[in-house]
Amino acid sequence: MTGLEQLLGRAEELYRDLRFTAVSEWKKRNGGLAIGFMPVYVPRELLHAMGVLPVGVMGAGDDLEIIRGDAYYQSYICHLPRSTIELGLNGALDSLDGMLFPATCDVIRNLSGMWKMQFPEKYSHYLDVPQDFDANVGGQFYRRELEEIAEELHRRGARKLEPAALRKSIAAYNENRALVEGLYSLRIEEPWRVPTHELYLLLRAGNVLPVEEHTVMLRDYRAAVLADEDRRSMDQARVLLAGSFCEQPPLGLLRTLERAGCYIVDDDFVQVHRWITGDVRADGADPLADLVLAYLKQGIASPIRYIDEQVKGQALVERVERSGAEGVIFCAPSFCDPALLDQPMAVAAIERAGIPWTSFKYAENTGQFQVIREQAGTFADSIKLWSE
Amino acid sequence: MKIDYCVGIDLGSTTTKAVVLDGERRILGRGITNSRSNYDVACKVALGEALINARFSLIDGRMEHDGVDAERRRELLTRFELAFREQQYRSQLAALRTSLHQHAERLAMGAATNAALERILGTMEQETGELYRVGASRKSDFFRDLAGSRYVELAEAIARDGGHAFDPLVGLFDKAILETENSTEAVGTFESHARKAMVQAGDPALQRAVTKVLSIELVQRLGVGTGYGRQRLPFPEKLIRSEILCHGLGAHAMFPGTRTVLDIGGQDTKAIQVDANGIVTSFQMNDRCAAGCGRYLGYIADEMNLGLHELGPMAGKSCRTVRINSTCTVFAGAELRERLSLGEKREDILAGLHRAIILRAMSLLARSGGIEDEFTFTGGVARNTEAVKALRLLVKENYGERKLNISPDSIYTGALGASLFAWREVSRQEAEPVEVPA
Amino acid sequence: MSKQATPGNVATAALKDQSQERQKAMIAEHFRKLAEAPERGEKCVYTFVPGNLTELIDSFGLLPVLPEINALQSGMRGKSRDYIGLAEKLGHSEDVCTYVKCDIGMLKSGNVGPTGERLPNPDLLLLSYTGCFTFLKWFELLGQEYNAPVAMLHVPYQGDGVVTDSMRTYVVDQLKKKVIPALERISGRAYDEEALKERLARSAKAEEDLVWVLESAKRRPSPIDAYFGGVYYIGPIFTAFRGTQDAVLYYRELRAEIEGRIALGKGPVTPDGEIENERYRLVVEGPPNWTSFRKFWQMFAEEGAVVVASTYTKVGGVYDNGFRHDPNRPLETLADYCMGCYTNLNLPTRVQMLERYVREYSADGFLINSVKSCNSFSAGQLMILREVERRTGRPGGFIESDLVDPRYFSASNIKNRLESYFQMIEQKRAGGA
Repeated sequence: MTGLEQLLGRAEELYRDLRFTAVSEWKKRNGGLAIGFMPVYVPRELLHAMGVLPVGVMGAGDDLEIIRGDAYYQSYICHLPRSTIELGLNGALDSLDGMLFPATCDVIRNLSGMWKMQFPEKYSHYLDVPQDFDANVGGQFYRRELEEIAEELHRRGARKLEPAALRKSIAAYNENRALVEGLYSLRIEEPWRVPTHELYLLLRAGNVLPVEEHTVMLRDYRAAVLADEDRRSMDQARVLLAGSFCEQPPLGLLRTLERAGCYIVDDDFVQVHRWITGDVRADGADPLADLVLAYLKQGIASPIRYIDEQVKGQALVERVERSGAEGVIFCAPSFCDPALLDQPMAVAAIERAGIPWTSFKYAENTGQFQVIREQAGTFADSIKLWSE
Repeated sequence: MKIDYCVGIDLGSTTTKAVVLDGERRILGRGITNSRSNYDVACKVALGEALINARFSLIDGRMEHDGVDAERRRELLTRFELAFREQQYRSQLAALRTSLHQHAERLAMGAATNAALERILGTMEQETGELYRVGASRKSDFFRDLAGSRYVELAEAIARDGGHAFDPLVGLFDKAILETENSTEAVGTFESHARKAMVQAGDPALQRAVTKVLSIELVQRLGVGTGYGRQRLPFPEKLIRSEILCHGLGAHAMFPGTRTVLDIGGQDTKAIQVDANGIVTSFQMNDRCAAGCGRYLGYIADEMNLGLHELGPMAGKSCRTVRINSTCTVFAGAELRERLSLGEKREDILAGLHRAIILRAMSLLARSGGIEDEFTFTGGVARNTEAVKALRLLVKENYGERKLNISPDSIYTGALGASLFAWREVSRQEAEPVEVPA
Repeated sequence: MSKQATPGNVATAALKDQSQERQKAMIAEHFRKLAEAPERGEKCVYTFVPGNLTELIDSFGLLPVLPEINALQSGMRGKSRDYIGLAEKLGHSEDVCTYVKCDIGMLKSGNVGPTGERLPNPDLLLLSYTGCFTFLKWFELLGQEYNAPVAMLHVPYQGDGVVTDSMRTYVVDQLKKKVIPALERISGRAYDEEALKERLARSAKAEEDLVWVLESAKRRPSPIDAYFGGVYYIGPIFTAFRGTQDAVLYYRELRAEIEGRIALGKGPVTPDGEIENERYRLVVEGPPNWTSFRKFWQMFAEEGAVVVASTYTKVGGVYDNGFRHDPNRPLETLADYCMGCYTNLNLPTRVQMLERYVREYSADGFLINSVKSCNSFSAGQLMILREVERRTGRPGGFIESDLVDPRYFSASNIKNRLESYFQMIEQKRAGGA
């Protein structure tokens, strides 16, 4: 087995491990708190600086049979919260000392309250990130929000939040983010070198590994794929996949798209890694302020953020240009309010820019890809014809 | 002599069931018929069938009283019942013939049509004796199915010979069968069929018993209706109970230890919790989509070209259950074909489908409050061995050991509950006389 | 068993109260003003019911338009099916909120409001982002359609079940730095705190009477239906009229009418007459269905089921916990009002509220109408159901429909469940007696 195969094997093992063994092992070794978080964004730097392991909880994919989770949700609600509840009830999340529910949508928001009732002994908090991006208004609120979280975690046994530690954590995540971004850039340049189903597994590994370990994994992967002579360019259509920022598509869906003739050159997966663009200032006197400022000013455009200043959908058009995508596939989870309500505006912008697009929906446990394969294949073919 | 009875009628989407109870609240008879456009007739036919069934058991009791041994009784009763059914069939066939000719005449279809009809009906009449021979098998107990399938076969044969076009003949049948099954006269009376049948059966002990039972008057005290079509039942509003309550009480009557009831029928799934007296304490039903109901299995059977009853046994051969994530009826066919094209075995896919249905039921059960001991499973799907197997497994995994009750008569659960409500109402009225609607 | 068990008698005479006539006239007048606004040079502010800043808007002489109300009116008038269909044809997903699609469809069909008059275009979209994520997208969509400016007011959620100083400061800061300047810009007027205070004082008066009316349902028989009837009672205070003298008068009159009903020992008025025999007292969670509103109400009234308390009548403000608009702290009170709206409460608080209603209003049970459109309400309702059932020991019922999508109202399915539910209560009573 090559090093690359081993590395990917490890990443897939982490992805498939619905008992979060990596987290319990980390706790055994390090003895700190582990705090879970739902999509899309939490400031992991803050947790890290307090010796807390941030753990991304993104549903259970297509591997878990939902038995009790469905008893909590009507059929018209997305799949992610059912599998999350199921994980909670079957003990898979026992290693977590708490959960953060960032402001993503009403379903995740309400899940925060359900969590409080279902698991009263655990820390559970709705992280209300501001929709006002003024440093003196939303910024102040957000800072107080983060301070309260830090105080509560400290009360529950985490280290006290110290500026020096926070600066170090910011630096650690800056390095990690840069490597993620590097792989995204490499995929844009040479998509055959960085197949999306591999990149995706690496992103998911970052949900459970401590940042330092994940950074090593990213670096090793990059070196390995650059050295891999067997990876060759194929005649595939370059597409940007939009809308999969919360409930994640099953791995089989990504493989299906690739097999159907698509190079995915940009996407919204596991967005916590890419929410902040560029570095957070790591050498400031008040690193918490720098973290807050980065949220306000360096955040990506997303359907879950209120966007006023620019033309809606413009950011997506720019991403298409930057990634050299030849088309956009809107690939949103069924019943995902943020993605689906946003889509008509994004489509309008894409159409104005003359970019071809198609769309379909999925659930994290979608088991049949035939229709998607045909649709994506046709789309890829039509793009290639178009560009000839 | 006279026997008082109460009846419960469950008007379902595919079948209508009736249960008749005597004054001691013992089951006297059960009857079933296919539901049809005229709900009134469906109820009458179901009740008629239940009363026939009741009289059969009275005849049996009479013979026992007269010292006929069990084996002989069984044999005599079988013969008698077949002869009775034959008479019933003949009576309905005669009604069908009249109706067919009337429709042909109304449409001025001419002599060729009349001749074709006579060929078909003549053959069917000739075959009647054979159809009800001891040991012969019949595809269905319902006249519509039995007569319909043979009529179509014969019409096809005529069309092949060039004797008459197929479609007009089937068109006539569709009209005539509606009329026949929506008429209460077509089926004839118990007495006339029984008299002929007892002569046909030709045994003095049986004749004595039948004659005796014919002299018994069965008097209805009260009827209570339930079922999906209950809003249109021919009962006064006060005598209509929700199917949830009837299922709860019926399951309690069958298995007094019941605390949780799961019913998977053709169109809906119900999870019901009852207390020690059979009173419903909470319930959940599937939402507006029929995913995971019996109908889903019907689609799968059609898709695989199998009979509904063949699904369970085939799934039982599986050693490796395929994970099926969607129980959406609309996508069932597509998912099935995709799995087959991926090389999955039919039995493994089927095992997965059965598990998927039960998983849906598990979530309704969890919504309604979980699974308490004892747990009673009713409805058409309860007859499917593979579904029962999947249920046992999931119940054990998620709730631990639970006693699982399944009655071979589970299709009558709702009607039984309704008949008990009827007696309850009678006792209430006797205790506290109030104005009762006619 | 008692003789109570005869069906609730519904008298046939259609009744219309004085207060209802007054409300009708108020609404007609408002829509007339809106229709004439462009001509008269008056400016309009679109905003949402939860967290609406009606007093503030009015203090600038601006007219509010509430797209949710227009959508529900479209539903009641049988227009929503076509509007939703049109929006879906234009690319809006079948999975999302039908209020939004109904509104978009109405806009694309000429923007004719419930009274048949054309609605003015917005001069400002005041995005009071309170208790509902969809609001954010809704006004982004309208922002595109109208090319109108948007003022964002992010109202933090009561995730931990409390309003902290930090949350209050955040809202007040936004009011001062974002919302008020935007209102000043479009109205051309300066912020007038005295004018705001006057309106807030009138709000508090009306709120006092509203709470009295809602709490009258604690009596047996209840003189009101606090859900189907309740949606009429909350009309003025949830919409364009809070803080106006009209609203004060409306609630005074309404209160007097209810006092009259109590004196006569009368039950609630329904469109089909009075409920003379109260058989079931229910607490209801979730919005009603609007496309079959009357049929839906009938299913209750025919059975003698009276809703004695509901959470839907708290979406535009929770007042029965003691909150009143306080003219002495005008911006802080607006902040508290916004943060206190029902859908801004976390699930444990919602459970507590339902539990309290079941007990204080002596309810026989509680019922959830789960609507497909509204995840803010619906996500978690099945857990609420079990939790309230466990805490109160009263039976819970669950039905599903939608706000304004007639495709999601299956009368037979709902009737089936309701009947089963009512009979279950009846049977439990008989069994327990």
